[in-house]
Amino acid sequence: MKSELKELYKYRELLYMIAYRDIKVRYKQSIMGFLWAILMPILIVLSGVVVRYAYTVVVHSPMKMSDIASVAIKSVPWALVVSSIRFTCQSLFGNRDLVVKIYFPKEIFPIAAVLACLFDFVVASCALILFLFLIKIGWSVYLVWIPVLIATITLFCVGVGLLVSAASLFFRDVKYIVEIFLTFGIFFTPVFFDIHMFGRRGEWLMVNPVAPLLEGLTDCIVRHQSPNLQWYLYSLMFSVTAFAIGFTLFKHLEPAFAESI
Amino acid sequence: MSDVSLRMEHVYKKFRKGETYNSLRDLLPALTGKMFHGQELDTGERREFWALQDISFEVKRGEALGIIGRNGAGKSTALKILSRIMKPTKGEMIVNGRLSALIEVAAGFHPDLSGLENIYLHGTILGMTRREIQTKLDQIIAFSGIEEFIDTPVKRYSSGMYARLGFSVAAHVDPEVMIVDEVLSVGDYVFQQRCLERIKTVIKSGTTVLFVSHDLKAVTEICPRAMLLEHGKVLTIDRTDVAVRKYLSLSKDTFVTDEKSSVYISNVRIRDRAGEQSKFDSGQTAWIDVEVIAREATEKLSVVIWFKDETQYIIFHTSTERLGFPPFSLKAGATYRCTFELDLNIAYGTFQLVTEVHRYDIQKGYDRKEPAATIFVGSSTAVGGAVNCFPRLIESETVAASSQYCEV
Repeated sequence: MKSELKELYKYRELLYMIAYRDIKVRYKQSIMGFLWAILMPILIVLSGVVVRYAYTVVVHSPMKMSDIASVAIKSVPWALVVSSIRFTCQSLFGNRDLVVKIYFPKEIFPIAAVLACLFDFVVASCALILFLFLIKIGWSVYLVWIPVLIATITLFCVGVGLLVSAASLFFRDVKYIVEIFLTFGIFFTPVFFDIHMFGRRGEWLMVNPVAPLLEGLTDCIVRHQSPNLQWYLYSLMFSVTAFAIGFTLFKHLEPAFAESI
Repeated sequence: MSDVSLRMEHVYKKFRKGETYNSLRDLLPALTGKMFHGQELDTGERREFWALQDISFEVKRGEALGIIGRNGAGKSTALKILSRIMKPTKGEMIVNGRLSALIEVAAGFHPDLSGLENIYLHGTILGMTRREIQTKLDQIIAFSGIEEFIDTPVKRYSSGMYARLGFSVAAHVDPEVMIVDEVLSVGDYVFQQRCLERIKTVIKSGTTVLFVSHDLKAVTEICPRAMLLEHGKVLTIDRTDVAVRKYLSLSKDTFVTDEKSSVYISNVRIRDRAGEQSKFDSGQTAWIDVEVIAREATEKLSVVIWFKDETQYIIFHTSTERLGFPPFSLKAGATYRCTFELDLNIAYGTFQLVTEVHRYDIQKGYDRKEPAATIFVGSSTAVGGAVNCFPRLIESETVAASSQYCEV
């Protein structure tokens, strides 16, 4: 694995170039590109607000601005997870000319797809930061957790992305299965709701490795407290393992790519 | 480093025909079937075939090796293994130095990006660094000859422009080993010549080149040595003209005689003054001998011959009857022989000779040999197209604009 990672590093310029290409093509019409980056987060936030509103009606308590902030903070990274897994899934198939004809480490495609989505994430985050600033969310030292949490999310996306991109090349129905998981995944992830709403049962939802990371973000931005360390380590372990397995499997299958497309 | 640039040792490659399980929906039931009912999984072993068998060869630094063979002989598979896109099933392979494959010249292009952006993209894909591309940018653009359209998205390019830009980038990679697979088939004649020149320069500068093409003239011109592949095996590695002759004689294998027809062509050969030949110079005289044998008595026959080029286009045809010889009749067991004398005023290329015994009045063909022979015509003058008009440039001058036009 070490020598393969070294080779990937040697090809880093190509990685940036492919990611740059994906971004450039998407942002060719700059307004459309910007809309694309914030469209999904905005839709998620709006549906989250609807769900939250129903909740406040049931429990007879007014809706707070921090509730909306919490939904917004979790929507943007969730959009990153969904779009990067969706794009990685097609990344090898969409570049089949290159996969079949020219040699270079092929994991560049799924990783570049995640990088391009990360760019969208940054654009959307700018809008989010502006919003948080306007509602005067305040700040604390716990904000240093943000880069750590986002890095972990990215690692998770790359790991899963490597797996699904290789699998979708060999099994044509993988992309439909992935799509179903991405559509319904939001109901098993604390985006519209917070874990504490479930009381003790909330622990069960934390088994979803994305949950502790999203909760962690709300913890350090809205609640001004440290994320749950145990659950964070669980997510980190999960992401590292996903990456290790995804990368190893990907490299193992790589020589067969050209024959199975 | 040793002076060996490329080496393949006993390389085998196995492929499966068709798909086995390409969706989980098919695979999972099959797996459970195996678990509970002991059914065998269809691993596709019965449909396997060897695309390459026991390929061994060596190319020295700075050498140019041509690879020729019919479609499906394994040329592209061999190149894909060399460029590490595929792994051999068995065998060893060594490549010393940076390798650049000109397999599909514009594979790395993105249609929505401009020509300039695609130079960077494609260059990086082919292994150049950003700085390298920057220093060579002007050369690349100049070579492609599409300066004015460099900021246009390449989706608006013609396929020729596409290929030219792709080749220009690839030709400037400065690899130590360059693989060229059938890239010259695109672009116009001038550009093809320019590509050939570029490849020759690259060879002169010490780059090892593997050249795959159906254009036997180009192979002969570029490579002193060539490898002939047939059904995934190396038939010969020899001087290019020897390999080319062997390649051309391969097509004789498809000589089929119809067992049932009342008349059949028993022998066809094309020869020059010295004897049977497959390589001719443009303008040379050739003789075609045809022998026809009758199983039953048959009337009013003629022998028709024609040449087809690589695109199956018939460039020339004639027959005994057209040449003024009356239709002949044969008794059972009788033999008929004729000889055509031709001046091969053909431009360079590979041509197939087809012969047929034909009865004109009822439009009936009795037997056909297709191809009866394949010939390769070479030309010392650079001419293109189907015929050689033996051009000579007898006057060439530049006239300065006369003063009355200058005032405008």
